Amino acid sequence: MAETNREGNTLDRREVVKALLAVRGELLVVAGLGAPAWDATEAGDHALTFPLWGGMGGAAMIGLGLALAQPQRPVLVLTGDGELLMGLGSLATIGVSQPKNLSVVVLDNERYGETGMQATHTAYGVDLAAAATACRFAAATIVRTDDEVSALRGAMHAMQGPLFAQVKVAPDKLKLTLPPRDGAHLKNRFREALLGDHAHFQH
Amino acid sequence: MTVHWSQSLYRLLKQQSIRQVAIVPDAGHAALIRLCENDPELKLVRLTTEEEGVALAVGAWLGGQKSLLLMQSSGVGNCINMLSMLSTCQVPLPMWITMRGDWAEFNPWQVPMGRATPAVLEAMGTLVTRADREEDIAPLAEGVLRIAYNTLRPAALLLGQRLLGAKTFED
Repeated sequence: MAETNREGNTLDRREVVKALLAVRGELLVVAGLGAPAWDATEAGDHALTFPLWGGMGGAAMIGLGLALAQPQRPVLVLTGDGELLMGLGSLATIGVSQPKNLSVVVLDNERYGETGMQATHTAYGVDLAAAATACRFAAATIVRTDDEVSALRGAMHAMQGPLFAQVKVAPDKLKLTLPPRDGAHLKNRFREALLGDHAHFQH
Repeated sequence: MTVHWSQSLYRLLKQQSIRQVAIVPDAGHAALIRLCENDPELKLVRLTTEEEGVALAVGAWLGGQKSLLLMQSSGVGNCINMLSMLSTCQVPLPMWITMRGDWAEFNPWQVPMGRATPAVLEAMGTLVTRADREEDIAPLAEGVLRIAYNTLRPAALLLGQRLLGAKTFED
């Protein structure tokens, strides 16, 4: 079976992420391991962004736990096609839970970027947005233009989810912009920024 | 009998302010799952695979809520890599696990994972305790909730198959 690698996957992933995070408002962010974590860091390291260095396949479920715990705040999971494919069942779990405040945005370059740019299943035509629709996401779109990115930014804050977007980005190999790598630090700073002093007195 | 200790477990999780309960359907936990399902204060999250529950716990704790994972021992194998996040990030997670491949097991395919369950959990940094007598269930389950949240790590209670009755496919 041939790779489809459609024409027109020209969006720059760094520009997409900068645009999505330009005005954060109340947004809480989980960034999946690999390029999405580097993209989020390039857009600006932030206490309320939790970048992953492991747990491949878990980003969307971390987003669900956070969205259920903080139903008044919009939660964005920013992840890659390879990462989501490893936890595809989580779309069904999110579809059952129906968190209105959760958005899952896949930066789809149709490649496993960290291991040598090998093709993922989306390069062969696997349609993640259709899978999200089938899993009862309130909206699921494929994004290919700057205007669609702007619309997505608005939709992320509208709390009408669960929302899914598969953003077709160019398969560029970019410089690594690494976030802090101490997981306990990343967790503690996130909880402090979100929960205040309570973060250290909850037991 | 099952109903009795399930009610004790339900009371314990309420006392300890658990707010998200992640489950994969399980005969041994069925009564407890029904109690959780009917409680509007609890979010019951139905998983497609147990590792989703580990990731859910990370998100819940980031957001300031306590969670609990209910599963069979067969599901422990599905969780291995995801458990790395709990020790790396010092995220608490109590797990109450019903055993298969244990006392009077009917299905030979359940035995390898059942036998490996405590070793696998311990290898991934989880504190493991085991109940084989009904009077031990509630105190050990409470201990698992407390040590997980007081010391910020994964902790598991294994509920021996003899407590639950062996599945026979004849019922």
